[in-house]
Amino acid sequence: MTPSSAIAAIETFALEKTYRVGFWHSKKKLALKPLTIRVEEGEVFGFLGPNGAGKTTTLRLLMGLVYPTGGRARILGRELDDPEMKRQIGFLPEQPYFYDHLTARELLDYYARLSGVVGRERKKRIEEVLARVGLSDSAGTQLRKFSKGMLQRVGIAQAMVHDPKLLFLDEPMSGLDPIGRREVRDLIEELNVAGKTIFFSTHILSDAESLCDRVAVLNRGELRGMSAVADIVREIGGSVELMWSGASAIPAISALGGQCHATADVVRAVLPERQLDSAIDALRKTNAHLIQVVPVRATLEDYFLAKLAERPEGVEVRA
Amino acid sequence: MRRIMVIATNTFREAVRDRVLYNLVVFAVVMIGASLLVGRASIGIERLALVNLGLTSISLFGILISIFLGIGLVYKEMDKRTLYTVLAARPVRRWEFITGKWAGLVMTLVVNAAMMSVALFAGLLYVSGKLTSADWGVVAAIYLILLQYVLMTSLALLFSTFSTPLMSSLFAFSLFVIGSYAGDLRRFANLASGFTRVVAYGMSYAVPNFAALNMILPAAHAVPISTKLVLLDSVYVFVYAGVCLSASILIFERRNLK
Repeated sequence: MTPSSAIAAIETFALEKTYRVGFWHSKKKLALKPLTIRVEEGEVFGFLGPNGAGKTTTLRLLMGLVYPTGGRARILGRELDDPEMKRQIGFLPEQPYFYDHLTARELLDYYARLSGVVGRERKKRIEEVLARVGLSDSAGTQLRKFSKGMLQRVGIAQAMVHDPKLLFLDEPMSGLDPIGRREVRDLIEELNVAGKTIFFSTHILSDAESLCDRVAVLNRGELRGMSAVADIVREIGGSVELMWSGASAIPAISALGGQCHATADVVRAVLPERQLDSAIDALRKTNAHLIQVVPVRATLEDYFLAKLAERPEGVEVRA
Repeated sequence: MRRIMVIATNTFREAVRDRVLYNLVVFAVVMIGASLLVGRASIGIERLALVNLGLTSISLFGILISIFLGIGLVYKEMDKRTLYTVLAARPVRRWEFITGKWAGLVMTLVVNAAMMSVALFAGLLYVSGKLTSADWGVVAAIYLILLQYVLMTSLALLFSTFSTPLMSSLFAFSLFVIGSYAGDLRRFANLASGFTRVVAYGMSYAVPNFAALNMILPAAHAVPISTKLVLLDSVYVFVYAGVCLSASILIFERRNLK
């Protein structure tokens, strides 16, 4: 992660979206409550939330596909409709659809031309990204013959073909098998190492935990929290997990407040950190064999679930 | 301009790969059949019959293609969400997208008409043995048919920006039928009085005047088509199409692409 710079990669100021619904458009439906966030250049920023949380709405607002009903936003220091800014960003929509009469190579050529990539550079970039997403062998096949996973790869390729500084990825692992997900994770890491800023939405928390510098949690169109992933997982919950062999120690550990779970001869227990010394003494007395002691850390999942459970008025939202 | 051309070329390529130009095969069969038949059956009026049939077919095939592809130009892109990756993260303005789609369909129709025209002139050469100066009227009639395409594509595109394909095709086809009788509507207005006269006049000028662009009969009868008419029709179509295109852009610029 790059330190804060004067120009943020993404800045939103009370960005808001309300749709008018019903036959006469008389009812209002709030899709996104005023959202204020700042994403620094070089960051991998995760936008988390359950389905219907407002992640895709936010992305569509930032992409200029839908218009805000309140607030404003800037990308790379420029307005959302600035063509110069658009030249520097890439976008992978959720469940992407493409012109299926084109081959993968033709599609990338089309997008590269629209982005202003010229001549020899265009051909070079197309072959590079095709190879990077593992589609070199299928580059001449029409997209109507592609599987869902292959289309997702094409989607990632088109987002990178013009070598953008900032990538917006809406559910990038969607439709991919475990190998494909791993490859996309590696790709995001590589892009980040190469200095790209990545803003991606997901509901797969393990992906976010392994990739993101910071995350924001959204629910029902409202920002519930934003934090650095390192800060979330650094927090120790005040508990330790003990693992040992020898069932004879179970009564003593249970007496110290540990909840024991035995699998064959191996027992696992979580107990308050202050009881750790007493627990080790108890294991010695019963001749149990200590295997490991691990501090229990908070996970992104804990953070996510806690933020979803919080009442809206109790949320501290910091930009 | 470059981005408009890129989008237009892709629209053309999509039409070609969706086998839209297969209508040319049907047209070629009609032309070959007609050339052989009129040569035997209608002594002295071979040219008239062939030009009439050929130009009517060129007009009908093109109008049908412009309606059925035009109504999906924007709707299909929104429905399939293919425009997300074009408008979201490319330096493409919405007006450039609309103009490119329009130009792509017009390009398709022009290529289609050019190929059909070649077949028509081949048929003429076969039945008449030579091409004469009277055949310039056929060229003028074909040009006016191209103007019909431009008009219909603009209307279909306009409907495509705010309506479903079914409703759009209904609107577009209705306007084509009413517009084909715009002259009759004006004559009716001359005979009417009061409020009816005002409404009939208003309608006769508001609907696209396809009747003024139909010079098939004069071309078939080798009646010269005046340059003035061709010029006035050109101005009329480009103004009318310009208004439709501008309205399409205005509507599309304001739309939320959900």
